[in-house]
Amino acid sequence: MTIPRIVGAGLIVIGVGVGIGRIGGQAMEAIARQPEAYGKIQTAMLIVAALIEGIGFAALFATAEN
Amino acid sequence: MMHNPLLRKFLLVLTFFYGLSVFGNSVEVSSEEKGKDLKTEIDEYIQHHLKDSHDFSLFSYTDEAGEIHHVGLPLPIILWDNGLVVFSSSKFHHGEELVTVGDNTYKLYHGKIYKTDSEGTITYDEKHHATNDKPLDFSMTKSVVMIIITGLIMFFLFRGLARSYRTNGGIAKGAGRFFEPIILYIRDDIAIATIGEKKYQKYMPFLLTIFFFIWFLNMFGLTPLGVNVTGNIAITTALAILTFLITNLSATKTYWKHLVDPLGHSMPWYAKIPLYIILIPIELLGLFIKPFSLLIRLYANMQAGHIVIMSLIGLMFIFKNWIGSSLSFGLAFAISLIEILVAVLQAYIFTMLSALYFGFASEEHDHEEAPLV
Repeated sequence: MTIPRIVGAGLIVIGVGVGIGRIGGQAMEAIARQPEAYGKIQTAMLIVAALIEGIGFAALFATAEN
Repeated sequence: MMHNPLLRKFLLVLTFFYGLSVFGNSVEVSSEEKGKDLKTEIDEYIQHHLKDSHDFSLFSYTDEAGEIHHVGLPLPIILWDNGLVVFSSSKFHHGEELVTVGDNTYKLYHGKIYKTDSEGTITYDEKHHATNDKPLDFSMTKSVVMIIITGLIMFFLFRGLARSYRTNGGIAKGAGRFFEPIILYIRDDIAIATIGEKKYQKYMPFLLTIFFFIWFLNMFGLTPLGVNVTGNIAITTALAILTFLITNLSATKTYWKHLVDPLGHSMPWYAKIPLYIILIPIELLGLFIKPFSLLIRLYANMQAGHIVIMSLIGLMFIFKNWIGSSLSFGLAFAISLIEILVAVLQAYIFTMLSALYFGFASEEHDHEEAPLV
């Protein structure tokens, strides 16, 4: 059962990485278009990134042994 | 800045702990016990670090006669076992000796206290979990001590800041100059932005307390003091339960109405029934998922950060050559810097999301939807 767990954990990290990467990238674009909205975009970005991270951690716990 | 006696004391305490524990950590990892290879020992050390313990163990060393000495601060053990039992954790000698109080014998086994017979036998079930009776443990553990220290630091720091406004004509002094912009940021960009001008004041004490509490404890976790308070699921659960209670106890009528009737007047009642079979269970589950995600996020972030730093430090002792060890030292240093950012970020996100939930709960019904039918 160890190898499926490890592969699953890897897939979770890939998924979370892609998700947070896209949020960061899109936020950069948004800031480049509207630099005056920097603060609001950053706050929204952090909240959404935190939500994805929370799901990712919950899934990692599900794959953890014991 | 150094004229502030409080700040000076605070720095003194920090340097004291820092100095002691740098020494402590490095010695404990490198001391090799007989019959264990280095990898299992590092693994056990990391597992031990992540758990709460009944004493502050600073370091242990082996003297010339081959005896292992542990150096640290013992903490009081308080048990409820048909009566109050109090003794010092130094009596356990780090789990090597039994403690007999009256008719009962206690043994410290993997950080937990069990009741045993006079020989100290531990019985196991098939999964190798101990089946001995456990007395109710109200001990002052490492986490409890750190929570009390953080509470005292916060109390004196912010009382001093509040007093300096009165005595200094409304201008902060000393360490307050550093904390004032952070407090203003929490008020203006977290509380007012998410809860609104009208109601934010009610929630400010909780938001400020929870931000600085989590931040300070995260920062203490980064010192080599070996405390992992916010990486303890019991403590993050307690914090999340507070957010849950405040959200739901201060909720307005509109909030509950939105919860059980999310679509409002926009539909006739017979069209709502099939939708609500799915919608209402999701809304009700959401009530519990929100604080649950708060507690998992903080716990997992701090736990993961500690594991990564400790593993990289452990790699230094596995490589045992100039290139590998210096590489893992550099990595550990870089990750430590990232962890300083994560410490603030997690405190900020916990506060921000709590404020968002309070904002949802305190919304007023200021927009009346026009009925379609």
